Amino acid sequence: MHTHTLSVLVEDKPGVLARVASLFSRRGFNIESLAVGPTEVPEISRITIVVNVEENPLEQVTKQLNKLINVIKIVELDSDNSVQREIMLVKVKSDLETRSHILETAQLFRAKVVDVAPDSVTIEATGKADKLSALLKVLEPFGIRELVKSGMVAVGRGSRSISDRSARPTIS
Amino acid sequence: MDEQSTVTGAQSLVMALEAIGVTDVFGIPGGAILPLYDPLMDSTRVRHILVRHEQGAGHAAEGYAYTSGKVGVCMATSGPGATNLVTPIADANMDSVPMVAITGQVPSPAIGTDAFQEADIRGITMPITKHNFLVTNPNDIPRALAEAFHIASTGRPGPVLVDVSKDALQGMTTFEWPVTMNLPGYHPVTRPHSKQVREAARMIMDSQAPVLYVGGGVIRANAAAPLRRLAELTGIPVVTTLMARGAFPDSHTQHLGMPGMHGSVAAVGALQKADLLITLGARFDDRVTGKLSTFAPNASVIHADIDPAEIGKNRHADVPIVGDLAEILPELIIALEAEIAEGRMGDYAAWWSTLNRMRETYPVGYDMPDDGSLSPQYVIQRLGAITGPEGVYAAGVGQHQMWAAQFVGYERPNSWVNSGGLGTMGFAVPAAMGAKVGDPGRTVWAIDGDGCFQMTNQELVTCAINDIPIKVAVINNSSLGMVRQWQTLFYNERYSNTDLHSHRIPDFVKLADAYGCHGLRCETADEVDATIEKALGMNDAPVVIDFVVHRDAMVWPMVAAGASNDDIQFARAMAPAWGDDE
Repeated sequence: MHTHTLSVLVEDKPGVLARVASLFSRRGFNIESLAVGPTEVPEISRITIVVNVEENPLEQVTKQLNKLINVIKIVELDSDNSVQREIMLVKVKSDLETRSHILETAQLFRAKVVDVAPDSVTIEATGKADKLSALLKVLEPFGIRELVKSGMVAVGRGSRSISDRSARPTIS
Repeated sequence: MDEQSTVTGAQSLVMALEAIGVTDVFGIPGGAILPLYDPLMDSTRVRHILVRHEQGAGHAAEGYAYTSGKVGVCMATSGPGATNLVTPIADANMDSVPMVAITGQVPSPAIGTDAFQEADIRGITMPITKHNFLVTNPNDIPRALAEAFHIASTGRPGPVLVDVSKDALQGMTTFEWPVTMNLPGYHPVTRPHSKQVREAARMIMDSQAPVLYVGGGVIRANAAAPLRRLAELTGIPVVTTLMARGAFPDSHTQHLGMPGMHGSVAAVGALQKADLLITLGARFDDRVTGKLSTFAPNASVIHADIDPAEIGKNRHADVPIVGDLAEILPELIIALEAEIAEGRMGDYAAWWSTLNRMRETYPVGYDMPDDGSLSPQYVIQRLGAITGPEGVYAAGVGQHQMWAAQFVGYERPNSWVNSGGLGTMGFAVPAAMGAKVGDPGRTVWAIDGDGCFQMTNQELVTCAINDIPIKVAVINNSSLGMVRQWQTLFYNERYSNTDLHSHRIPDFVKLADAYGCHGLRCETADEVDATIEKALGMNDAPVVIDFVVHRDAMVWPMVAAGASNDDIQFARAMAPAWGDDE
């Protein structure tokens, strides 16, 4: 199994997310992360989906996605040729003794402290999945009170836009 | 021609139907869709046929699509009206039938409040439609309708649902036609890749044992004529799947019959022994392939289909061709003619001698019952022989369906109407009704089982009242015959809940009479021809014939579910000799 990142351009219409998600759920694929937002084109949204699945079923689900009338384009972004980022907010237990250690850890990972309470520190971190999990691993011993991630967003490297790329998987 | 006028959403919807060219709609009114039925009453161009159950409206729209070549249209109100359409919508989706379903929805402010007769039909039908719409603004109605009919009828055809809220039907709008469609994500590929077509032609000429594996896509693409030219140009054997019966004439010497679970030994054997499958609009369904890993083990695959998602779904394609078969086949013929002109013509003499031996040794046949009771296969065979290939035959699902596929004899596309993918019992009567409306000049038979018939026979009323004189042959074995067959073969003859007692109750002749139809009964072989001829002469009302048949008759040949096609049996515990020792 491999992790795949799919960028899906869709019409910004009600129900589109449900159509996309149901194609994955029907086949029993677990979506690892999902991020939806607007694009440079009004009325077009971009869904970034990260799934862990074999090549063959992924090809089938991609073809099925392409059949959805509201789906305009699908591109698979591999990690070598794209920038992939996720934002994480994590609330860590802290007291007078541990606070400075936590702040030091945040600094090491170029993460920001966005909120401080007498018994907790909230850290904002941005990066690829492996960086965020490394940070989390270091923070875990202090005690994680709450964790939230945005879901992966990704964009291809270079000057080209997704709309320049080939529309559908070509079969040759 | 530009039209513009201020109307209600409902009027706009009727005007859009008229502009699209819809002439027949099957449906039932109800609260949420009432505003639409008011202007519909005044339309002189759209005929609405009032059915007795929404499921009947949906299957009728399917049958209509088969024989008319147009998009079938059905209509229902919100909530239960709409959910009763779910089965025919799923059926149309599996069999790629062009259909538009229009449903009323509760007023938009009430959507999501569990209002009376509210159901999220758009959500419910998302996985079983090609696309669906929820329209809450009257201004959006004409475009939604135009897009729905376009999507339903182009590319791989399928059902599209348009759910319209009551306030959208009642609100005022301006009707404008034509409308501009806005479908940025919908571009079905119709033109095949010419390099792939040439590669296919080369592969065909290199093969020693090719088979044309023909699916329902050939019928949907209106490509029966080029298929025949292709077959005759090359001399390659043809098999037609359940969905493709009639795509190639049964009487043609190159036709080996139907492959699959109840296919002929020759058709199944041809696929298993082939070195090349030329797959045209077929989808390697499990009922055709049997155990997938042992299906056609030595064959390379050319797979031509309009739906790219079918290619490689179940079986790897060595040469994939995405496009419309009506464009692919003529191009393939040109490419093959070029090969032939250069002296490369396949030699299939050895292949044909193997196939002919299979065909002669194991013809699809049946035994007459020893006790003098009526053979269901005989009834169906006579029905096809007497009515002829110009008739239309709609079937339900089960043993009678398989016998109808095997024994009627089909010579032309769209003469066979059945529920192949979903396997919907109760399909026959309403589908036959729709088929008759779609092509009123033809004799239309519903070949039905007594189980299926009792699921949807209320549409006989619709037929009787609306002058739709279909003919129904109930193959009455007093049981859920196919389920009973499996109980015989796989459940130690323990007949759990398959005895319907329909030799006693209901009395189908009286039922026909009560429904304003002619009722006939036939119990012996010597009455069969006369009864069929009598029914063919009755055209003032629908006819129902209760053929009381032998209940232990079984459908053969058979590949058990999940078994390999190599283990086909042509009769119980009788496996054919494949001639592997040759």
